[in-house]
Amino acid sequence: MKSMAAKQLSALVGKEFRQMLRDRKSLFMLVGVPVMQIVIFGFALTNEITHAKILVEDYSRDPVTQRIVDKIQASTYFDVEEGSLMPDALNVAFRKGQIKLAVVFPVNFGSSLLHLHRADVQIIADASDPNTAVTLTKYLSSIIADYQMELDRTSKAPLQIEPEVTMLYNPELKGAPTFVPGVVAFVIFLICIGMTSISVVKEKELGTMEVLLVSPLRPALFLMAKGLPYLAVSLLNLIIVLLMSVFLLDMPIRGSIVLLLAESVIFIVCALAIGMVVSITSKTQQDAFMNGQLNMMAPAYLLTGFLFPVENMPLPLRLLANLVPSRWYYIIVKDIMLKGMGLQSIWKESLVLVGMTVVLLWVNTRILKVRLQ
Amino acid sequence: MMVSLNLECMERSGCKPMHQVTSEGITKTYDKGKSFAVDKVTFEVDKGELFGLIGPDGAGKTSLFRILTTLLLPDEGKAAVNGYDVVTDYKKIRNVVGYMPGRFSLYPDLTVEENLNFFASVFGTTAQENYHLIKDMYSQIEPFKKRKAGNLSGGMKQKLALSCALVHRPNTLFLDEPTTGIDAVSRAELWEMLTKLKAEGITILVSTPYMDEANLCDRIALIQRGRILSIDTPSSVTRKYKGKLYAAKSQSMYRLLEEIRKYDQTQDCYAFGDSLHFTLKDDSGNGIESLSDFLTASTHFSFDLREIEPTIEDCFIGLLRE
Amino acid sequence: MGAVVISTNQLTKKFGDFAAVDSVSFDVYQGEIFGFVGANGAGKTTVIRMLCGLLLPSSGTASIAGFDIYSQTEEIKKSIGYMSQKFSLYEDLTVKENIRFFAGIYGLSDKEIREKGDGLVFELGLQESAKKKVKELPLGWKQRLSFSIAIIHSPQVVFLDEPTSGVDPIVRRQFWELIYAASERGITVFVTTHYMDEAEYCGRVSIMVDGKIRALDTPSNLKTRFSGNTMGDVFRSLARGAARVGD
Repeated sequence: MKSMAAKQLSALVGKEFRQMLRDRKSLFMLVGVPVMQIVIFGFALTNEITHAKILVEDYSRDPVTQRIVDKIQASTYFDVEEGSLMPDALNVAFRKGQIKLAVVFPVNFGSSLLHLHRADVQIIADASDPNTAVTLTKYLSSIIADYQMELDRTSKAPLQIEPEVTMLYNPELKGAPTFVPGVVAFVIFLICIGMTSISVVKEKELGTMEVLLVSPLRPALFLMAKGLPYLAVSLLNLIIVLLMSVFLLDMPIRGSIVLLLAESVIFIVCALAIGMVVSITSKTQQDAFMNGQLNMMAPAYLLTGFLFPVENMPLPLRLLANLVPSRWYYIIVKDIMLKGMGLQSIWKESLVLVGMTVVLLWVNTRILKVRLQ
Repeated sequence: MMVSLNLECMERSGCKPMHQVTSEGITKTYDKGKSFAVDKVTFEVDKGELFGLIGPDGAGKTSLFRILTTLLLPDEGKAAVNGYDVVTDYKKIRNVVGYMPGRFSLYPDLTVEENLNFFASVFGTTAQENYHLIKDMYSQIEPFKKRKAGNLSGGMKQKLALSCALVHRPNTLFLDEPTTGIDAVSRAELWEMLTKLKAEGITILVSTPYMDEANLCDRIALIQRGRILSIDTPSSVTRKYKGKLYAAKSQSMYRLLEEIRKYDQTQDCYAFGDSLHFTLKDDSGNGIESLSDFLTASTHFSFDLREIEPTIEDCFIGLLRE
Repeated sequence: MGAVVISTNQLTKKFGDFAAVDSVSFDVYQGEIFGFVGANGAGKTTVIRMLCGLLLPSSGTASIAGFDIYSQTEEIKKSIGYMSQKFSLYEDLTVKENIRFFAGIYGLSDKEIREKGDGLVFELGLQESAKKKVKELPLGWKQRLSFSIAIIHSPQVVFLDEPTSGVDPIVRRQFWELIYAASERGITVFVTTHYMDEAEYCGRVSIMVDGKIRALDTPSNLKTRFSGNTMGDVFRSLARGAARVGD
């Protein structure tokens, strides 16, 4: 025999799930929007680049460099431009957008590679468009690596070409390959807030809230039942987005998947709790949408840190950014996915998220009144 | 469950088991105390009584019901349901009352059956447990149990909402304007249902803006601007009507209305359905004969005047004019 | 009786196989207060939509103010007024601004708007509130203002939808007096409602059940014929066996 609370909870959760699954339009939005965002951000930012103009300055002019230049020329990625590499001319060419990349082979490149088993090559990229810059240097590096492997087969000792990459204009490459964790944080954050922000206010508008209040149902149970289905959907959403990142966009997950999911649960609960606060304090669904989606959009977009480095913002904005949960989650996801870090290096961020979540849940139980108003 | 609750009630000091609902000087203001939603309302409802709260939109019916169902806190006064105080014992009240708010309070995207089962579970029961109570009503909507509640007609929605409010067998039922927005046949059916529920021993408080429904209640309270104008059985309310009431009829109601108002002994004259109702300043004399003479002299159309029994609506108007 | 203002003959509207309105014929005369009652789904709304030129009939004919509902819908719209139970006034505009706006829509000239507007404000005793926002007015005044605005262009017919449901009995009387006055001036008042106590006030009442008009007479004749004390009794005896349930 189940207890009263368990019966109530299962009835409420069942009801929420039914309502969610029946509202096809919203359901499509819930799952479709994150997928779309990943696709848009993913392909818009990292689409394959072909026929980029590359300037080659070869101070060595030996068979090795000749072979590498041939290989660059042969690839569809690059069109080789011959030219002088006077610093001024280079700058002008970059600024005018005539070239995207420059590669410099120093004097004696070939002989130093063959005799010293290592040689340096300099790659200069226009990083004002960081994604293009990264992609192009990756292409170039792999062409060079390819050649290196060819040589390795004929050579006794391993040879090493050291590409020395210089990113012009945006040396730190903020927000470049890291956009996926950013989009995940941003999209999940907004979707979660959006889902719960209408959930309570909808019942107020329907009049069912009154009936539920005049029943033995405890408010905390009501809130829990509202949140659980959305937690499930959001986790599902997250998994879809992660799968897409890995298989469609070639993102690594270097760290622990279990840790990533655990952190995600905390973050999702946190976002759902924000939506719930919005919902409880709103009078109509329209209010809730305004407060939840429109007002959260800008802070989430700007202050998560995935498009604009928070470090460069003025102090008040930096402080404000610290209040945005997606900023902390973004750091966590980035560290786990890209850097393969464990809890020992992200415990501070995790603690901030847990703290925010606890406070928000507490606020929810305080503001959900046992009476009207 | 009911037995233990009632025992608890009996044990409490000051609990009057005869009165199922009591309200003593209940007051609720809004706009920071400037306007009164409910103004010093005092009344009792006996166990098993069908009590009607009759008044137009904005009279304070909903606020009063919300206070009694523990949804709103009163500013002043004390009220109790089933012997439990509405402020301190609100949780206990929520176990024993059924409440149907004025608006459509079902989930439109859930089916008839799902709505009923859901509300049953919220009260920790099942639809089967008290099925006999809702059988008459629910069997009418059962053929549509797979239909979404949002696609039901007004009358059927109301039957479903009432079934949901009854599914946990409350001992007190609060129905806020259950007949608003539904057609005359469904209204009649709903009142028949309330009579049956009364026979089951359930105390029923029902509010309505329709004066013609007053006669279906055991006792009524007429309410306007948060104040109770009169509380009694419907027949006593009409018996207490001050003075005599007359009806007038003719082909041209508007001209007749104007003429009767011109007569200097007319106290009040108003349209009432297909006739006019009027009162005279002095009932002792041969009032309507003189009026008849006055009308014959001033008009050239036929008319019919006679004394009538006041309805609840006439009483309401009389009380408002006072 | 005056001239015929609304006339329908075998008016029918089918949605697929379903006859929402089934061969309805009736006449309404000038200055009459005509009650049009029926349960939800009986076909009332469909008839009114056809009369107002919003919906084409499947068959049958009808005219309103002498205009054909098939071909002269623009003329019809100019000769009718409409007031729903939710007062269709702008709550955040003043009384005067509402009058000016609605009169403007019906193409009244500035001079007419001023004259009629002042007259209307005077008739309703709203002189002191003319510059107040509509939302500050008591319910009864809003309702009377709403009706007066609905007939500001002197339409031949005004349609009222549940005009007095839920208002206090005194306000209700004041409203019916306005309706009587309009009818006295020759405006035909077409009242749709499912509240039978409202039907009691009408000169003649038509009762629709399942798409057909089942009875049409004065309230007192109907009460005699169906041996009921009220119009509610009459309606129930006619509609008890209705097949249609649904909106």
